[in-house]
Amino acid sequence: MNHFPEAWGRPRDDVYGAYNSSYLQTSGPKTHTSSPAVTGTSVIGVKFNGGVVLATDNLASYGSLARFTDVKRLRSFGDKAVVGFGGDVSDMQYIDRLLESIDIRENYSTHGNMLNAKNLHTYLAKVFYKRRSEFNPLWNHVLVAGFDGEGEPFLSSADLLGTTFSAPHLATGFGAHLAVPILRRVFPDEKPIEEISRDQAVAALKDCLKVLFYRDARSLDKYSIAVITKEGIDLKENEQLEGQSWAFAERIKGYGAQTN
Amino acid sequence: MPGFDFSNYNRNAALHAKGVPLPKATSTGTTIVGCIYDNGVVIAADTRATSGPIVADKNCEKLHYIAPKIWCAGAGTAADTEFTTALISSNVELHSLSTGRDPRVITCMTMLKQHLFRYQGHIGAYLVVAGVDPTGVGLYTVHAHGSTDKLPYVTMGSGSLAAMSVFESMWQPDLDKEGAIKLCAEAIKAGIFNDLGSGSNVDVCVIEKDKPTQMLRNYEKPNERGQKERNYRFPRGTTAWLNQKIISKDDMKKFVTIQTLSGDDNLAAGEKMEVDA
Amino acid sequence: MTSLLDHSRGETVGYSFSQSTAAPVRQHGFYPYTDNGGSTLGITGSDFAILAGDTRSTSGYNINSRMVPKVFKIGGEDETGEGAHIILSVVGFAADGNALKERLDAVVKMYKYQHGKSMSVSACAQRLSTILYGKRFFPYYVHAILAGLDEEGKGALYSYDPVGSYEREQCRAAGAAASLIMPFLDNQVNFKNQYIPGSGEGHALEQKKAEPLPQETVKQLVRDAFTSAVERHIEVGDHLQVMIITSNGIEEVFHPLKKD
Repeated sequence: MNHFPEAWGRPRDDVYGAYNSSYLQTSGPKTHTSSPAVTGTSVIGVKFNGGVVLATDNLASYGSLARFTDVKRLRSFGDKAVVGFGGDVSDMQYIDRLLESIDIRENYSTHGNMLNAKNLHTYLAKVFYKRRSEFNPLWNHVLVAGFDGEGEPFLSSADLLGTTFSAPHLATGFGAHLAVPILRRVFPDEKPIEEISRDQAVAALKDCLKVLFYRDARSLDKYSIAVITKEGIDLKENEQLEGQSWAFAERIKGYGAQTN
Repeated sequence: MPGFDFSNYNRNAALHAKGVPLPKATSTGTTIVGCIYDNGVVIAADTRATSGPIVADKNCEKLHYIAPKIWCAGAGTAADTEFTTALISSNVELHSLSTGRDPRVITCMTMLKQHLFRYQGHIGAYLVVAGVDPTGVGLYTVHAHGSTDKLPYVTMGSGSLAAMSVFESMWQPDLDKEGAIKLCAEAIKAGIFNDLGSGSNVDVCVIEKDKPTQMLRNYEKPNERGQKERNYRFPRGTTAWLNQKIISKDDMKKFVTIQTLSGDDNLAAGEKMEVDA
Repeated sequence: MTSLLDHSRGETVGYSFSQSTAAPVRQHGFYPYTDNGGSTLGITGSDFAILAGDTRSTSGYNINSRMVPKVFKIGGEDETGEGAHIILSVVGFAADGNALKERLDAVVKMYKYQHGKSMSVSACAQRLSTILYGKRFFPYYVHAILAGLDEEGKGALYSYDPVGSYEREQCRAAGAAASLIMPFLDNQVNFKNQYIPGSGEGHALEQKKAEPLPQETVKQLVRDAFTSAVERHIEVGDHLQVMIITSNGIEEVFHPLKKD
């Protein structure tokens, strides 16, 4: 014992050599994610009679670079729910691991995994809200699809701030601007979801993905689509957009007086 | 060259640096669209003007006259769209008079883009120019910085994406007049209901070859105000006052000349002001 | 040695006042708040209290959802809020609003379990203030209004600022259209700027006296306030949620509003 309390309990320099603190802090303050790096764009979803459909394209962009073209942004949670991720891909993979561990833990419990989509959404929203409150956000905007406790179709959104909202049709990113108007027009509020068939819902989402591919510069014509019904999850991850029409472009010449 | 007066620029920059906020201009949110069809072109607009989150005008006109067969839909700063289209309208008329020919849409578009480019985006006018002329049908967009585009269907303003989603999922080549009007109205409605910057009614203008231009003001009114449940008429004498002074017509004649119009309202007023019930 | 009086920053040419020429210091790329728009309003009567809010949730110029209620039952027996005797409305940042609602709900429930009796509205009001002030330096970005019936069975209404300053009032409007609705309430509920015709000359003119309004009148005022706010504020619309608390319990109704 000596008269330097700050050295008590620490390895002695004269015995072990000076402590190499180089790996601890280099310089400047500790930083958190202040902007996303590799990102996914829109997630779109719609409820129908007996279930929910969710779709995303398979692109992960790095700024304006189309960096990865086969990223699966729909992740299923057991056989109960599907989460569609927009925003940072590394944060998506972290959350995916988190959900995987919950699913495994639940399945090893005596009651089995009883968490439904609504429970999952509440959990994710709280994770997002906690992380934003620590100024260390998970840079995502997600849609959660499945069923609630009453067995009704469930579709809800949560974002990096912990903001949540629910509607018969939802979209994140550019889809909020381009896809939601289409879905609100095709499936207006007056029309109850009981009158929307699975085929209609899937067709509408494909239409939206097409419009997004036409107008969102950070989008792709390869996509994933998940249909969640009581029978289970039908997830297709390598779909190709069909029926594109670029014929109008042939008639366009220049931006003003050009004629040929 | 006559034009804008910049003499207050330094004073305003100094005031702003000291913390005086910039004045707020009316209207940035809008949905405007245009679409060509076999024999002409249709343009349409919503009728909401905003100042921040407040609705400044519930039924404003965003379709501006340039020439009898050239019309312009404006988004962006209300004053800029108003004055820019009025200026170019005058110049187009003078040009038409000096050449002795009908004005062309491309001439109008070029005058607009050259005017806007000169002001480097400080004139915040975002326009859809449409019309028919001896060379055929014309439909262009002009951005505040001076860039232009020529397309079979166009949208602009804060509701442009909502409106474009309609065109991209419903437009087809070889539309007829009714089809084009329906499609444009549908696109505006997508803006009205999905974009907070747009609202109220749908204005449509149809410009067709060899036919007079049809200005269909309030073509659709999907947002009528409901009846108020209570009566807010106050009994006479509710408002307090400290003194009164009555100025008779004879007193006023000492200072101004007074001309009495006939009691007929229709003769007196050019356009009746819209007021809430 | 560096000078303590370093004038190099902040000195400018041309102006007599100081103007910073250096680029502003950037601290966080992440801003933990957002505004979800909407408006709320509360009015009390002799034996009732009303809380109302629109159900639109916005971000920027987008509508997230047309059905996100802002008025909640606090301290009920289950998640439907059955048996509650206090209601809370929150407007501002929805994620904070939700977190606040859930905290207060838990507090009121715990009180009942621990004390074997329901929390009084005045106690709940004080507790809400404490919760808000507890986050004085990272506030809940919300304007809250709490309502119920006091010990005498009279309508009680408490309004809060984001950091916990609160006051019992007859009526209060909060949120996006507060500045549009509040003057209307002053005039129609407290009869501000209304005088009794013919009751005197000049300063002797008598003010119209405010007294508790009947329930039907208050309901009409609430609906008129919102249909008018919808006309002039872009963030208000879709549906009107009205909760009325009386000695018979809580009644909840929804009315349609304009959707543009």
